[in-house]
Amino acid sequence: MSHVQEQPADSPAILSEVHPLEKPRAAMVGNNRSFAWITNKICGIAEEKTPTWWWYCFICACFVASFTVAGIIYLVSTGIGVWGHRNPVNWGWAIVNFVFWIGIGHAGTLISAILCLLRQKWRTSINRSAEAMTIFAVVCAGIFPVFHVGRVWYAWFLFPLPNSNYIWQNYRSPLEWDVFAVSTYGTVSVLFWYVGMIPDLATMRDRFAAVGKTIRARIYGLFAMGWRGSSRHWSNYEMAYLILAGVSTPLVLSVHTIVSFDFAVSLIPGWHTTIFPPYFVAGAIFSGFGMVLTLILPLRAIYHLEDLITQYHIDCMCKIILATGTMVGYAYAMEFFIAWYSANPYEGFTFINRAFGPYWWAYFIMVSCNVITPQFFWFKAVRENTWLVFILSLFVNVGMWFERFVIIVTSLARDFLPSSWGYYTPSVVEIFTYFGTFGVFSVLFLLFIRFLPIMAIAELKAVTPQADAHSTGKHAEDKHHG
Amino acid sequence: MAEKTYGLIATFDTPGDLMHAAEQVRDAGYRKWDCITPFPVHGLDKAMGVGRSRVPRISLAGGITGFCTGMSMIWFMDKFDYALTVGGKPFFSPLFAFPVSYELTILFTAFATIGGMFVLNGLPMHYHPVLNYENIRRGTDDLFFIVIEKSDPRFNPGNTRALLEKIGGREIAELES
Repeated sequence: MSHVQEQPADSPAILSEVHPLEKPRAAMVGNNRSFAWITNKICGIAEEKTPTWWWYCFICACFVASFTVAGIIYLVSTGIGVWGHRNPVNWGWAIVNFVFWIGIGHAGTLISAILCLLRQKWRTSINRSAEAMTIFAVVCAGIFPVFHVGRVWYAWFLFPLPNSNYIWQNYRSPLEWDVFAVSTYGTVSVLFWYVGMIPDLATMRDRFAAVGKTIRARIYGLFAMGWRGSSRHWSNYEMAYLILAGVSTPLVLSVHTIVSFDFAVSLIPGWHTTIFPPYFVAGAIFSGFGMVLTLILPLRAIYHLEDLITQYHIDCMCKIILATGTMVGYAYAMEFFIAWYSANPYEGFTFINRAFGPYWWAYFIMVSCNVITPQFFWFKAVRENTWLVFILSLFVNVGMWFERFVIIVTSLARDFLPSSWGYYTPSVVEIFTYFGTFGVFSVLFLLFIRFLPIMAIAELKAVTPQADAHSTGKHAEDKHHG
Repeated sequence: MAEKTYGLIATFDTPGDLMHAAEQVRDAGYRKWDCITPFPVHGLDKAMGVGRSRVPRISLAGGITGFCTGMSMIWFMDKFDYALTVGGKPFFSPLFAFPVSYELTILFTAFATIGGMFVLNGLPMHYHPVLNYENIRRGTDDLFFIVIEKSDPRFNPGNTRALLEKIGGREIAELES
């Protein structure tokens, strides 16, 4: 019996030649804009007269930020008791908010470092604002652990500085690792952001000088370090930028790994799992891209940046949210599986309690925002609807806050001693302090929009088609000389 | 040509023109010359005959220093200077010292890289003859320039100007130092 059919002569089973799919590459800058257009567009944002909406937003943000200031003043003058922490929940909102904000920051470093190493050209139009977001998020994150120590004037004990007790820090503790991880992260993020901005600050310096605004030209010039666009400088600069991207990649992965060690190295059921580092890193990138979209989409609409942040950019970000959101969903499922498979009754109780215990509502919000929301991004129609993308990105932010709340509070509120079980509720001071950090973040971001180039001008020019020396001028007609 | 002359500058309109011209300046044997571009033009290093950047060596030195600093700091503090007993764990082990040393490696590498880039580039330098050229502000916007310095041994006012003209440079001007 034979299944082999007779092949017609004109359709061979093996093609003699295979042509790869010819698909045009997405343009990084829409409408084939010129170099000068890019310069004018980005610099124009910082050069124009302060728009009215900016003042409204700024005043509003300052008002919100005052809640953090007031909350902290009250905390310092009264004592740590004004926060709702009590045994066994000694890590409440403070640490939830810390992990939330530090996670937000991770997308900025991912965009600037990992996507740079992977040669993803679409990063160029969003990396500057995403790095700014990183730095401001680290500022907001830092507030919580520093004030959580209680007597904030002793916060310097976190660092290895000689003190009158002649005692050093305990380097066996992940909390001490975290001090180094977060302070390194903050420092390197600022350096990376600043180095990336030097050529653009020089552009702004030259533009202010050209219209006779000497004082502004001098201030920008001071920070531009006398950059003059020399090719020999670009050579060192690009190498330095690549190395910074190279070291920031293990940095961003290690920071959230060490943040997860704060939990995973303890013996608390629900925390003591090896899945924590990758799970935290995926979650951090997920929440960070949510925040990037939340910030970028209004900017794009206000300043008409559709040619620089194209639909392709939004598509890419939505797909990363989809990928990392699905990873987070997998981690949720795997935690449950391992809790059952490990046959550890404490672990099993913790997870049943998470989903069906007194904090079921937080767990429900977490799963619906983090697992269900990103699945909408499978559909092109959703990714192309800017309003929908914006709303879904807000859900991502909410969901990731609740993830940290669920992890921290549900495990602590049900510890090994049932007599200490309780129901943790944050105090008004905690709620106000957290609410205010959104104001702190917004104030910093608004100042950034107002005074600094919000996109990497030089990098954007370098990804346009006319930047390719082989497509323009005499060089295109000529062959290489060496 | 005046005693104060720094060199000659020529303007180019596209990266392609600049690349084409740079190859010819390189082939003419000039050493002390430069291109001014608003963004890093790919392949220009090769066209100019500029070798690989030396920044990575400085970065490596920084990274090694950072790692050693971390390890020795933790050994000194937790074992040598004030041995602290915590949970019956060893006073020093490279395992628990690793995360902090790892972070310090990255921190020191970053500082060394940026410091090295500034030193190799001779920045900050807020005064430079090139920056005095009236049209140079377009060099951070959309135009490209080639600067040949007077201190180059092959520099000759007439011949160098002729070369810049031949390779397609326009608005050739003298820079005062």
